Amino acid sequence: MESTVTYDSELNLKATELRLGLPGRDEYEKQTPPIVRSNKRASSDSAEESRLKSNSSVSDAGNGDRETAPAAKAQVVGWPPIRSYRKNNFQPKKTESESVGIYVKVSMDGAPYLRKIDLKVYQGYPELLKALETMFKFTIEREGYNGSEFAPTYEDKDGDWMLVGDVPWDMFISSCKRLRIMKGSEARGLGCSV
Amino acid sequence: MSEDDERATDLSGGGIVSSNRTRCCGGSVASDCPSQFPDQVLENVLENVLLFLTSRRERNTVSLVCKSWYRLEKQTRSELFIGNCYAVSPRRAIERFQKILSLVLKGKPRFADFNLVPLNWGAHFTPWVTAMAEAYPWLEKVYLKRMSVTDEDLALLAQSFPGFKELVLVCCDGFGTSGLALVASKCRQLRVLDLIDDDVMDDEVDWISCFPETGTCLESLIFDCVECPVNFDALEQLVARSSSLRKLRLNRHVSIGQLHRLMVQAPQLTHLGTGSFSSAGDPAQGDQELDLISDFAASKSLICLSGFRDILLDYLPAIHPVCANLTSLNFSYASINAEQLKPVICHCHKLQTFWVLDSVCDEGLQAVAATCKDLRELRVFPMNPSEDSDSPVSEVGLLAISEGCRQLRSILYFCQQMTNAAVVAMSKNCPDLVVFRLCIMGRHLPDHLTGQPMDEGFGAIVMNCNKLTRLAVSGLLTDKAFSYIGKYGKLVRTLSVAFAGDGDMGLRYVLEGCPKLQKLEIRDSPFGDSALFSGLHHYYKMRFLWMSSCQLSRSGCKEIAQRMPRLVVEVIRDRVEEEMDDAVEKLYMYPSLEGPRDDAPKFVTIL
Repeated sequence: MESTVTYDSELNLKATELRLGLPGRDEYEKQTPPIVRSNKRASSDSAEESRLKSNSSVSDAGNGDRETAPAAKAQVVGWPPIRSYRKNNFQPKKTESESVGIYVKVSMDGAPYLRKIDLKVYQGYPELLKALETMFKFTIEREGYNGSEFAPTYEDKDGDWMLVGDVPWDMFISSCKRLRIMKGSEARGLGCSV
Repeated sequence: MSEDDERATDLSGGGIVSSNRTRCCGGSVASDCPSQFPDQVLENVLENVLLFLTSRRERNTVSLVCKSWYRLEKQTRSELFIGNCYAVSPRRAIERFQKILSLVLKGKPRFADFNLVPLNWGAHFTPWVTAMAEAYPWLEKVYLKRMSVTDEDLALLAQSFPGFKELVLVCCDGFGTSGLALVASKCRQLRVLDLIDDDVMDDEVDWISCFPETGTCLESLIFDCVECPVNFDALEQLVARSSSLRKLRLNRHVSIGQLHRLMVQAPQLTHLGTGSFSSAGDPAQGDQELDLISDFAASKSLICLSGFRDILLDYLPAIHPVCANLTSLNFSYASINAEQLKPVICHCHKLQTFWVLDSVCDEGLQAVAATCKDLRELRVFPMNPSEDSDSPVSEVGLLAISEGCRQLRSILYFCQQMTNAAVVAMSKNCPDLVVFRLCIMGRHLPDHLTGQPMDEGFGAIVMNCNKLTRLAVSGLLTDKAFSYIGKYGKLVRTLSVAFAGDGDMGLRYVLEGCPKLQKLEIRDSPFGDSALFSGLHHYYKMRFLWMSSCQLSRSGCKEIAQRMPRLVVEVIRDRVEEEMDDAVEKLYMYPSLEGPRDDAPKFVTIL
């Protein structure tokens, strides 16, 4: 039982809620569906919808499509056709006092290179995981990393290695010092993810 | 600036380097009797003439005349252009052309830029660089677009070509700063290192420090797409010892104070990318503005200006001294409004290329139209690239541009609303248009004043702009629009279609009507198998066809593959585990001399 009031209350019950799977999942299902790799059904459905609408009646199309997006914005993969680095660049002008990024190094077992990413760029775990997949060209199983060859882990302020996704997002970005994409077999020791 | 541009020498041909057929001309040149005096003279003459022939289309024609012309042509060709890396194998290219000095190689389909092509699809540089390392030791130039390049590839390149001069990588990925370090340190004759819109990995290697210490041949250093910071002191010293440097485009980690220090070292620059154009990281200084004004005043040769990644508007007036000379200005990363644009643009009388964000609004575009009478290329990018945002530019801006900039050749315009009238007006005011790309971001949107489809607008473009070679359509479009394109678009080589058309006829009109069509990319449009069959007569002349989220079936595509043995028909799935049902989500097909490629990942099925 959850009440929407808890978002703002001091107790912040939502953040400390014990649950399976990644924290914050509910909120993110409403946002832009991830592109290409995961959640294919969402994007193909919206493409289906728009195609059906366009086939049914020409005059409808103008109005019909506006209603395709419910409360959520059902964004379509790769549309409008803008390269992703242009999309990332458009942020409201920062004043000097505004946030600097939270840069952490990311390494992957077996890869000869490492990267640095700015955690502030991502709104939550789904986006972060998607970005890691893109960067290192591999896939992560979303639910519990089982059956996955690789699992993303991070070193927190205390020097402990944890599985990415164990704690609420805000807590994660404030305590994460570096990321390491471990081979699945090693990561299993880190904590229960089922 | 080369975002999706064709180079000056890229006259765009089919993907296959040239036809396999050679005909012997009747009894003239006897290639088997070289001792005959007149024939030898003829060959020598031809060989000398061919040295001046650089256009690859003309060379392809020469090679078709007869066997001896074919032979001479292939001996004298020095630039190899391969529009589709899978159309021909490295081995075959090397067998034919033995003296290549310069390679242009293009890989992934353009829709890969918009995440429509899964990762690891292909376009690997490795087999090419490996083959060329042995065959072309005198290679000087490599230009790659949408290729996957690894650090190992760059290492091999750096060590294999002692005379290497130019490396240009556009929209490439797979390499990092370690690869760049190797190129910088080993290519001692390097004149050009241009990284444009690449995804460069941060290996924490200080590649800027790796250039030769005693002075470099560098003429062009472009790294604005590199997301990781560079060692500034090393950069400053590099610029100081590169007396030939004319083009420098900095990344966003270079502050305005640092820009000043670099401009002092290099007043001879013709092309400058300013980096962040903000003072984050600079020690507080009062007279930074004055420094910058004098830097720009001293840059007498500056004709191309870009950058402004995190623009501090207070400093924008510093560029005024160069505005009157500018032929190219790129503000597409700077969110400036009309009032901020006007004082700058009013000086830019010579401007030919202008890239900007829609934050300048219709009013800003009107200011452009009022001053930039020689404008050839305009690109207006959206600040908020989504379907349901308010767009500050509309048909008003388009109309103003068409009325003020009659010399316009190329336009890319993102907006949320448009009218047929404005597009028709542009077709009449700017008859020299070669590239017309209009993106109405809301899908299926009609003319917002009349409620009509956008057919008439695009129809007018193909009808009135007789030189049009590239077209991208959007908005609500019926098959009528495509009938216009098929009827009038006789020179169209590249066509991009999204969320358009009523049914198969639309695609048929295009495939049957456009004889020069080479690159066709379609998404989310109701075209099915029978439309695909209507293009069988033409596919061998094309570079590629991309169709995604249309209504194609596997059986239909399979039949195409069977009927056209030299066409590679790829069906691409997003995940390997997806069911292999009959519907084809993504089709990519292209003519090739090699048959199915052997590096296809699991999610690609070649029919």
